[in-house]
Amino acid sequence: MKKLTTLFAATALATLMAGTAWSKTFVFCSEGSPEGFDPGLYTAGTTFDASAHTVYNRLLEFKKGTTETEPGLAESWTISDDGLEYTFKLRPGVKFQTTEFFTPTRELNADDVVFSLERQWKSDNPWHGYVTGGSWEYFAGMGLPELLESIEKVDDMTVKIKLKRKEAPFLANLAMPFASIMSKEYADKLQAEGKMNQLNQMPLGTGPFSFVAYQQDAVIRYKAHPDYWGGKQKIDDLVFSITTDAAVRFQKLQAGECHLMPYPNAADVEAMKADPNLKVMEQAGLNVAYLAYNTTQAPFDKVEVRKALNKAINKQAIVDAVFQGQATPATNPIPPTMWSYNEHLEEDTYEPEVAKKMLEDAGVKDLSMKVWAMPVARPYMLNARRAAEMMQADFAKIGVKVEIVTYEWAEYLEKSKAKDRDGAVILGWTGDNGDPDNFLDTLLGCDAVGGNNRAQWCNKEFDDLVTKAKEASDVAERTKLYEEAQVVFKREAPWATLDHSLSIVPMRKNVEGFVQSPLGDFAFDGVDIVE
Amino acid sequence: MFRFLLGRLAVLVPTFIGVSIIAFSFIRLLPGDPVALLSGERVMSPERHAEISHQLGFDRPIVVQYLDYLWGVVRGDFGTSIVTKKPVIDQFMELFPATVELSLCAIIFAVVVGIPAGVIAAIKRGSILDQLIMGTALVGFSMPIFWWGLLLIIVVSGMLQWTPVSGRISLMFFFPSVTGFMLIDSLLSGQEGAFQSAFSHLILPTIVLGTIPLAVIARQTRSAMLEVLSEDYVRTARAKGLPTFRVVGIHALRNAMIPVVTTIGLQIGVMLAGAILTESIFSWPGIGKWMVDSVFRRDYAVIQGGLLIIAGVIMLVNLAVDMLYGLINPRIRH
Repeated sequence: MKKLTTLFAATALATLMAGTAWSKTFVFCSEGSPEGFDPGLYTAGTTFDASAHTVYNRLLEFKKGTTETEPGLAESWTISDDGLEYTFKLRPGVKFQTTEFFTPTRELNADDVVFSLERQWKSDNPWHGYVTGGSWEYFAGMGLPELLESIEKVDDMTVKIKLKRKEAPFLANLAMPFASIMSKEYADKLQAEGKMNQLNQMPLGTGPFSFVAYQQDAVIRYKAHPDYWGGKQKIDDLVFSITTDAAVRFQKLQAGECHLMPYPNAADVEAMKADPNLKVMEQAGLNVAYLAYNTTQAPFDKVEVRKALNKAINKQAIVDAVFQGQATPATNPIPPTMWSYNEHLEEDTYEPEVAKKMLEDAGVKDLSMKVWAMPVARPYMLNARRAAEMMQADFAKIGVKVEIVTYEWAEYLEKSKAKDRDGAVILGWTGDNGDPDNFLDTLLGCDAVGGNNRAQWCNKEFDDLVTKAKEASDVAERTKLYEEAQVVFKREAPWATLDHSLSIVPMRKNVEGFVQSPLGDFAFDGVDIVE
Repeated sequence: MFRFLLGRLAVLVPTFIGVSIIAFSFIRLLPGDPVALLSGERVMSPERHAEISHQLGFDRPIVVQYLDYLWGVVRGDFGTSIVTKKPVIDQFMELFPATVELSLCAIIFAVVVGIPAGVIAAIKRGSILDQLIMGTALVGFSMPIFWWGLLLIIVVSGMLQWTPVSGRISLMFFFPSVTGFMLIDSLLSGQEGAFQSAFSHLILPTIVLGTIPLAVIARQTRSAMLEVLSEDYVRTARAKGLPTFRVVGIHALRNAMIPVVTTIGLQIGVMLAGAILTESIFSWPGIGKWMVDSVFRRDYAVIQGGLLIIAGVIMLVNLAVDMLYGLINPRIRH
């Protein structure tokens, strides 16, 4: 094996050197090591950036910079009238990458699609458990095992997927990293050679970049796929220089050792904007932070009480203190970059006096409550403790006493699910597939009570709207339903919506063509360096 | 000498067994189910749990499990990474040269600067120079590595742009690893500029990792020198009219070096601890960074196996230092 690696590296080197004269190398200072290179097995964005967005494609792709889907490896599709049968026509002439470790003999066909999805679904598939301890978390998490009826190859270029029930977000799910399409030919070869594990270490797909080498925790090398169906990339080599410390990433960016970096320190952003060699992109991230009341417990079962508390929170102050301006106060449970975001909803203005009166009118006196503060920083909430303390002060002004509690993270997530939980919980969510269902139903649907629905809020009107939207396949109709659902949400106020954090991407000035993804991923197809 | 070695080994074996018990208990003492921790599987049916538990041997008596573990360790089986599925020892062997290279450079830097600084401070005892050296040493000793590393990066790499920010070599160079030592491999690669690149990448991490040992060595050298300089034989040498260079450089320094060698040896353990931070800051792909990354990845098998290997290495290094000490100062053997 060792010999092979050396040989492989040497050949790769020769290839690399041959191209030195013209090669254009783009260096991404990534924030961590990928867990592996099979996107189906993992859930971390870091892993997807290094696998799904470089090496692979999916049947559908997210249109760059949006949460809408567009044709990917599937050129077109039809949905049967009952909404249960999806027939995908594959794009002809899609070539797999030729690498040092595998030379494909055929182009993409239906077998590859069936293989890629079925291995995650069927427990009797030899690839289902090919990595010890590996589980298909996203596939299961999106409810696909229960949703799928069958996946069939109709002919070489046609795949038919049957569902057990209607599910509008299904197409968006297929654009997610876990649904990346692998080469069955490559997999068969690995299986025959008894080297199945290699699928997760030396990936091979149809994507814009092919995998060259990975040195654990240090560097991942790719080169442009010359026969990419979307056209060859303008950069020749793509390098992930793994740099875990955000301050060091910034220094490397400044020194020109990398072209683009993710996740800057909030404190460094001003300096980045001031540097003439850098430019900074920003947009609202696909996330939301919220304070979820337990709507089944008195006095939080009363809308007036929840509304009064919402009016007492000075959100702008929290955003300023916790994010140093790198977030916006949230009005809706979905972020503004998401389709169907209802722009007409009014924000609860900060009016402590009014709030106090509302509380009195509701007959609530001497209220003391618990506010749960998360022990960890997440993109949507950098410092929950600080936010909780500020809410404590805000609530004190209307005569509500707050005790701040916290638990170890896993315990926090588990305990906050309890239906009879005491207190309001600070938590948040980052979207998975750009579908509003992934927020509204996942976090606020009746089925999620006792699970992701931390407000334990089951409102028939809201739930009907969201369920109807899930089953509708027309986007305009779905948009209307989701907008209505947000009106109900705002009226009933199961949460105080806190913020949507900004996602900030600093890069060298000479980087062109990078498009910020609302889904938070980093993809480098279409990127160029101009001198 | 042989008896001395045997005596040292007699202490080493029980120590290693003690460490192995701690490493073995590690997974069992952590909160959570050890089967889930070791397999890395989060969602498990009871049948699957029983199956994995059997695979991992968790259904046997604890003593049998431990002995089996120890037997594995003796044969060089330190477990398998949950994440990469590679044997822990293989990963260690891949990454260890990077740490050795950095540590060697750091210790050389500490010795080359620390000893002369200590000697000068001792000769010029009480002078401003002495106070300056000792003051700097104190600052160096109390410097938090993380802060110091970032400060150097910001000033030297960022503002002055004298050195690269992090990594072992510029990403433009790409060649197979032969010895694992970048300085050597870059020369072997025959690529123009590779060695310079590797060398310049080493400068800052070497300074950061070498700072604390440097401060300790300088202080130790100074006090050992002061002691020796007040000895009768030094005064005799001076009285005989030998030049200062001979007195200090040959007579005094040789004897003063005995405690300093021990200090240098002890610093190697300290350095491995310092390497964890230094490697993380400079994205230096060695075992220190590997351990930190494994903690973040919750790769318990690596943490467990890695700790045991590192402990073993430190013990061996200490043994080697003891031997060296025995060679320099035969009295210690008795």
